[in-house]
Amino acid sequence: MTVATPSPFVSSAVPSRKEAARARGKRPVERDKRRSSVLTIILWMTLAYFLLPLVWLFLSSTKTNGDLFSTFGLWFGQTFALFDNVGQLFTFQDGIFVRWMGNTALYAITSAVGAALLATMCGYALAKYVFKGRSFVFALILGAVMVPLTALAIPTYLLFSAANLVDTPWAIILPSLVSPFGVYLIRVYAADAVDDSLIEAARIDGAGEFRIFTTIASRLLAPGIVTVLLFALVSTWNNYFLPLIMLNNPALFPATVGLAQWQQAATGGGGAQVLFSTVLTGSFVSIIPLVVAFLFLQRYWQSGLSTGGVKG
Amino acid sequence: MSAAPPLRRTSPSRASAAPARRSTIRRPQLFAAWALIVPFLIVFAAMFLVPLGYAGYLSTFTSQLVGGEVFSGLANYTRALQDPSFWAGLGRVAMFLFVQVPIMLVIALFIALALDTGRVKGGKFVRLAIFVPYAVPGVVATLMWGYLYGTDSGLIAQLFRAVGLDAPTLLSPQNILGSTMNIVSWEFIGYNMIVLYAALRSVPTEMYEAAEIDGAGAWRTAWSIKIPAIRPAIMLTIIFSVIGSFQLFNEPNLLYSIAPNAIGSDFSPNLYAYNVAFKNQDINYAAAIAFLLGFLIMIISYVVQLATARKERLS
Repeated sequence: MTVATPSPFVSSAVPSRKEAARARGKRPVERDKRRSSVLTIILWMTLAYFLLPLVWLFLSSTKTNGDLFSTFGLWFGQTFALFDNVGQLFTFQDGIFVRWMGNTALYAITSAVGAALLATMCGYALAKYVFKGRSFVFALILGAVMVPLTALAIPTYLLFSAANLVDTPWAIILPSLVSPFGVYLIRVYAADAVDDSLIEAARIDGAGEFRIFTTIASRLLAPGIVTVLLFALVSTWNNYFLPLIMLNNPALFPATVGLAQWQQAATGGGGAQVLFSTVLTGSFVSIIPLVVAFLFLQRYWQSGLSTGGVKG
Repeated sequence: MSAAPPLRRTSPSRASAAPARRSTIRRPQLFAAWALIVPFLIVFAAMFLVPLGYAGYLSTFTSQLVGGEVFSGLANYTRALQDPSFWAGLGRVAMFLFVQVPIMLVIALFIALALDTGRVKGGKFVRLAIFVPYAVPGVVATLMWGYLYGTDSGLIAQLFRAVGLDAPTLLSPQNILGSTMNIVSWEFIGYNMIVLYAALRSVPTEMYEAAEIDGAGAWRTAWSIKIPAIRPAIMLTIIFSVIGSFQLFNEPNLLYSIAPNAIGSDFSPNLYAYNVAFKNQDINYAAAIAFLLGFLIMIISYVVQLATARKERLS
């Protein structure tokens, strides 16, 4: 697996011709075997495990707080209260839930774009330039993949509180800009997706290094970039630990921390008086954007993931 | 798909290619390379190396009522190693490593292999549907399962009663570990399945066409050809699951509000470090726990890689 001469194995691992053929609906012939009813039944049965909790969550968001605990979980309640619940959700505590969703989107999108940009630049450079210290930099970044981010959260909190960054959006965004795995993924992806001879040709034509990166490489790397972007988006969108320790002001909470706090108030039964139905409706609403994003962008992340999976 | 373990693939093979190219690299290229790398490295240093170093530094101090912070060397580490709460959390994480991770990955691998045969009707839908829980935040997943587990009116209790059985107490101290394992599995089987499935799709079909012509059954093909071929991807899922287990925090922290006695303050080392830092205000000790945890993960990830590397050399 040298950079200059990719082995046939490696190039076949890149989703190229086979992937394209599949996208057009032409599978390799021998895979078009007869269906197996045993496998089909087993797999469709496992779907119950993965989907029924979500079905339950949707049905619960259509129920009144009373029906929630008195009616069967996998069917509608006495009253169809979805719209009441959504109305309640968006107006409760002066509509703070809308604010939370906005915060989540802001943190996640900013971090994901920044992380993908930094990772793409770094990963591309590590793949395509040979220079002293390259192995060291790459080893350093790879080692970082294994350090648990939560182990960093406590010292980061202390450093941020010394710098007066605690309880600001920066406290969430800055740590989320680092994606060692993203660098790794782009580095592996770029090794095959960007042909060295193409770079050489562009150089001979007089293109500068940055021009090559912004016009040629970035286009060839697009599926890898989308993968990194999407996974950075998910990890920030779903992050709970970091905002939990960094933020005190409820107006800055992302949806995860806000919902968890509501849930605690609902079970604690304290003065806040949050209804279970509001918590569950909020939970349901909060998962819609990501699920939709994944379904729409599946072509990208699936091919990007195969790179990360196949070669490491 | 060389034999080297994936995460250390820095380059014995590349080293041989390097000298020839190093002489040809020109100054603008060198400049470009560093200009592209430095932005990441700056953020990386500020958000990763500095906090890590700071945690190490903090962990060597002890705060006292009289005299404030005092340098105490490795005292916090010896304290952690003698702390039953630390070991209790570590024990539960070990259960995750040896019970939950294998179950999760075997199921993910089975589904990936089944889908890869192309014999499942509606395979594309099945694949996406199983992946969907990954897009659900851990907070929402835990919250939801918490309701499903409820002994009085949770869905699982309702189903048990419907068939005339006693409802299981899934939030009791004896069962909470299993219940947590279930939540984590629900969240991550789909993700691991997709990684493995993507790897399987890239195995050249010629590799097992011959075997199938020779009459090898589907199981045999899967076991002796497909699984070895995607070993790097399997490694990746193992290492990520190991790291994930050590980081266990969201699920127990959220289950705490509905099952405080079953979870306690030391369910996982991470939860314990959080409670030590923010409830007991003992930052120095928390830093030592966090540092020790990171160190353990590095060792275990390394052992996992070494073990697989040796197995590959033998085969």
